[in-house]
Order: sequence, then C-alpha cells, then structure tokens
Amino acid sequence: MERDELLSKMTDAVINGLPADAGELARRGLRLGLEPTDIIDRGFVPGIRRAGELWESGDYFLPELVSSAEAMKAAMAVLQPEIEKSGSRNEGRSLARVVIGTVEGDIHDIGKNLVAALLSANGFEVHDLGANVSPERFLDKALEVDADFIGLSTLLTTTMLSQRRFLERLKETGHRSRFKVLVGGAPVTGQWAADIGADGFAENAVAAVGLCRKLLGERP
Amino acid sequence: MNAPLLSALRPKVELLSRPFIEQIIDEAIVLLEVHGVLVENEDALKLFRDAGQDVESSRERVFIKRELVEQCLRTAPSSVTLVDRQGRESRFVGGDEVHFDPGSAAVTILESDGSKIRRPETSDLVRFVRLTDALPHLHFQSTGLVSGDVPEAVADVYRLYIGLLHSTKPVVTGTFRVESFAPMRDLLAAVRGGENALAEKPLAVFDACPSPPLKWSRLTCQSLLDCSRAMIPSELISMGMTGATSPVTLSGTLVQHTAENLAGLVICQLARPGAPVIFGGSPSSFDMRKGTTPMGAMETMMIDVCSAQVGKHLRLPTHAYMGLSDAKVNDTQAGLETGLGAVLASLAGINVVSGAGMMNFESCQSLEKLVIDDEICGMAYRLLRGVAQRENPMAVPLYDAVASNTNFLAHPHTRKWYKQEHSFPSLADRDTYDAWVELGKKTMAERAAEKVKRILKEHQPELLPDDEVRALRDIMARAGRKAGLTSLPSDRRAEK
Repeated sequence: MERDELLSKMTDAVINGLPADAGELARRGLRLGLEPTDIIDRGFVPGIRRAGELWESGDYFLPELVSSAEAMKAAMAVLQPEIEKSGSRNEGRSLARVVIGTVEGDIHDIGKNLVAALLSANGFEVHDLGANVSPERFLDKALEVDADFIGLSTLLTTTMLSQRRFLERLKETGHRSRFKVLVGGAPVTGQWAADIGADGFAENAVAAVGLCRKLLGERP
Repeated sequence: MNAPLLSALRPKVELLSRPFIEQIIDEAIVLLEVHGVLVENEDALKLFRDAGQDVESSRERVFIKRELVEQCLRTAPSSVTLVDRQGRESRFVGGDEVHFDPGSAAVTILESDGSKIRRPETSDLVRFVRLTDALPHLHFQSTGLVSGDVPEAVADVYRLYIGLLHSTKPVVTGTFRVESFAPMRDLLAAVRGGENALAEKPLAVFDACPSPPLKWSRLTCQSLLDCSRAMIPSELISMGMTGATSPVTLSGTLVQHTAENLAGLVICQLARPGAPVIFGGSPSSFDMRKGTTPMGAMETMMIDVCSAQVGKHLRLPTHAYMGLSDAKVNDTQAGLETGLGAVLASLAGINVVSGAGMMNFESCQSLEKLVIDDEICGMAYRLLRGVAQRENPMAVPLYDAVASNTNFLAHPHTRKWYKQEHSFPSLADRDTYDAWVELGKKTMAERAAEKVKRILKEHQPELLPDDEVRALRDIMARAGRKAGLTSLPSDRRAEK
C-alpha cells in the first residue's frame, strides 16, 4: 500500500513539475528497496506520459511541460546511477541515442533545450552539444556515441542554411545512411526538411518525441 | 479674425510613467554591474580592461560600472541624420520623427498569388529593392531578402550591393560574418566618395543583435566596433523572448532589453566616443503553447513602445521591429497586426520602424504586403499630422444665412483643404458594392499584386553613374571571388 502511494506521488511530482520532490521521492523509493527500473516504469514514466497528454489536449503550456521534464530529469539523475551500478537490466540501455544542438552561427537554444529535455524525459540518451555547433562537431559526436538520431535546431532564418550544409557534408563523408537527421526550429517547415533531404521535422517538442518513436518503429 | 492658429497636438502614446522608466534603467545598470555581460570578442574585452572594468577572462564576462555607462550615455549622440545615395535628401533620426523601412532579413518570399513560399533569388531581391524605392512612405530601404543564388558567405555583402544599385534610399543592413564588414563599408564609401564623406553623411545603419540573455557574440561585437570606428550608426537589436530568453513579465524583459542595449552602447562608445547608436530592438512575446515568437502580439508591441520610451529617456534615437505580422498570407491577420503595429509605433514616436512587407515571424517577405504596408504607413503618417485648425474661426463663416442650404461640396473651403485634410488610398476598397463586383470582386491582396506589377513596370529608380556602378561591381566581385563566386548572377531578368 505504502509503495503504491509512493509511486503515485512520484507520478504526481512529474505531472506537477516539482524537480526537488521528484528527486526526494526517487531516493525514498530506493531506501524502501524498490527496484530502480520499477520506480521509473511505474512511478515516473506515467507522470511524463500524462504531462505529454495534458500538452496534447491543450491543458498544458510550455512552462508546465518543461517543469515536468525537469522533474523527470531530477528523478533520473538519482535512479540512472543505481541502474548502472546494478547492471540489473538490459533495458537499462536507452531507447535510442540522440545528438542534438543548435547549428553554427545560431546561439538560440530554447527550442533545442525543450526537445532535448523531453527526449531524455522519455528515455532517450541525449547528447546536447549546446548552441553554435559546427557540422564537424555534430558528426564527430554522432560517430563517437554511435547515435541513432542527429537533431539540428535553428531559430534564425539566416542560419537555416546550416542545416542544409550539414546534410550535404554528411553525404560527402559517406555517413548519410548511418543516422536519421531531424530538423527543427521556428523558421523550419516540413517542406524545408524535405527540400534539404532530412529524415523528419516536428512542430514542437512533444511531436519530436513522437517522431523519434515513429522512426524507431515504435508506437508513437 | 487673424488670431494665431492653435497648433496641432502631436498624438502620442506612453505606457510607462517616469519613475517606472527610471527604475527599469536603474535595474538594467545593476544587472550590468552585478551579473555582468558576456562579451565574446577579444578586441572589445581589451577595451573594457583598458577602461578599468572587471573582466572575468575565463568566462569572457565583463562587469560594467555605472560610471562607465553614464559616461558613454553622455558621448552617444541623441540623433543621427541619414542621407540618401545621391547626397540630396536627409532624414533626421531622432526626436519623435518616424521612418518606416521593410523588415529584414527574410529567407523566404511569398509568391504573388500567396500559393507558397520559396527561396528568393537575385531577381526577387532586385524587385524588392525597386519596389521599396518607389513606395513613398518607406523612407529607408533594408537589405530585406537573403538571395539564395549567391554563396552564404557573401549573401550579406550582396544584398547591400543590390540595394545600392537599385535604390537611392538610405539602407538598414547588417553583417552575417565578421569578414563582410570591410567590403560592405567599401561599397558604401564608393558611392559616397570616400570613408570620411561616409562618416559625415551616413548612408546605412548596421543592425547588431545581442544574444539574450546578456551576451554580445563575436560577430555582433565586431560589427559594433567596426561601425563605430567608421562612424557608421549601429542599431542595437536586443531581442528577449518573454519567459524563454528573458523574464516572462513585460517589465522584466524591458530591464534585460535595456541592459543589453546599454552594454552595446558602451562597446560602441569605447571603440569611438561619439559614435552614433540607435536604441532598438526586436523583443517579442513568447507563445507558451506554440513555442513561437509572435511579432504581431499586442504584448510584443507593448514592449516595443516601452523600449522606445526608455530610449527617449536616455536621449537616444530609437528603433523597433513593428508593423509586421505572423500571418502566412495577406489575410485579415496580416493587415490587423501590421496596422496596429504601425500606428502604435508612430504614436510612440519610434524613429526607425522596421517591419513592412514582413510576415511569418520575421522570416518571409511579400512584395504584395510591402505595398499594402506602405499604405498602412501612409495612414499612420496622417494620424501623426494630427488635427489642424486650418482657419480661425474654423467653421462659422462657412455657413449660408440659412445654414441648411450650405453646399459644402461646392464651397471653396472644401476645395482648398480637402487634399490636405484627407488621404486617398490606392488599395483599400472604397467602392460601392456594385462597383466592387463590376471590378471583379478583388481582395486587397489581389489589388496589391496588380499594384506591384504596375510599379515594377513603370518605376525607374535613379541610376548610378557608370563609373560608380563599375566600382561597386569590382568590390562585389572581389568579395564574391573570396567566397568562390566566379561570376555575379545576372539581374537583367528583373530589370525588364
């Protein structure tokens, strides 16, 4: 009974976007002897899923959504090391690896941060390179971590062209088929993504999670 | 009978009280003193060190002392006068003067029938510039389109080159790369007759955007330094997004906006005291649902109006990104947002108002919207002229003995004043319903498309002398070659 109550408190902490509470509840769960994977799957994941639903239904706006992702991150920061320590679970490996960043010449990273936060909250291993990232750094990092996805963000209309340049570079170096390249950002459209030969484009961070799941052949 | 006429009141809108403005400025200075500003430029950092400021080298963070800010505010001029390419017409940028220019820098252009957006090419850029040249209420041109048919590395130089070739209006422009400043300055100096003449009679303003929160990047810093040294006006374009890159409250965003602009102003004045600086911006409300930055939001316009009040309080020329829309085609939203913005900007007395023609979050230009917006700007100018008394008394002597018999239409007073009192739109529909049907039930956008075609066919911008054209082409070709551009795209197609 106490366990169920704790798990539902975890769910609530994520729904309500309370990082400090989420971290504390995660620690309490561990002290009670719960399996870290159980805590994640039955405590926190239902929370981030629910937050996503609330976003989709129009009840949540970005501040709520981002707080939920932050709460999820705080819980994972406590639980991830435990999973790695015990090596108890093959599924401890993330859904997929994502290298993400804002393209060269652009220092705006809110959109990218949102996508990164939600992807990691949803179980993706996210390598966030920050802003003003050169094509070389994207590629080097993607090769280094054997990424599944590379996410290129841009806010400025003037730096959109860097997305095209990266895809061209990927082709030139013969790595194009190795990664799925996703583009996003205020000026980016589905048409633009198609024009430059990207694998996908999403309107917002929740849609980006759905897109990644879809490309992995999962239920979105 | 001949008592002096009462003067017309200049209509005005203010959203902040004086103590409110003072507190915004005070908090902004505290931000700069306590939190500092990131300056990613060695040259600028050295200037700060030499001026006795604390510089945290490892993080490129500068703590700017209040005294320095105040000193720099004293040396920055309170106005700038831009002079057209021919050296004939001057535009005073200061006081409550209002000048509209097209928004920049769009990476897409809307097809004239509104069916889709696409990458602009040289021919589009030429049409855009020539159209701007013809539109009477746009006092400046802007390098508003990024041409897709030249390498990115010279796209900034190229748009200025095209602008100078095809219009005499002063230019609002900016650099995309540090290396571009020199050829851009050379282009300007070539038509002005040397760098000294250019410093005396500025022909262009360079926009420079800090990166919110509180950072000046290497590129934008360099633009400030280069412009100041050449006495070219810098337009500071702080662009906080409420709740995303700046505080969510309008007042909180104004504090950061002011701090970023003040830091930019200090950089300019350290590079050269007395260098012209325009207190501008493109701040925006941040949509917490869509994650977008609506330029047509009322809150965005409110921040702009307040920013102008702060700039005026600091005795600086002002700028804002207003009179534009987030609509994707020339629909009701486009007119609504642009109209509100242009009118509010005028009432706020903002000196440079950038936005005409622009839609879709500052990413798309539309030639049709540009002509519609020119008409909107004309309405705003009419509003600014206010209500004049014209004659004293104003009405009593006009009436016949039997007042109801008065024929106003035939009255000399009507003929004398109607053109000064009233404006005549070329696009807004004032036909009767039947006449409108007769003319094909055209929408504003359709009428605008026709007007664009007509202007482009009829308007012949004043040409540069052949030797100056050659000089510009040489500078452009040199810059192009460095970026791997072997020959300049032909713009003959657009000239036809």
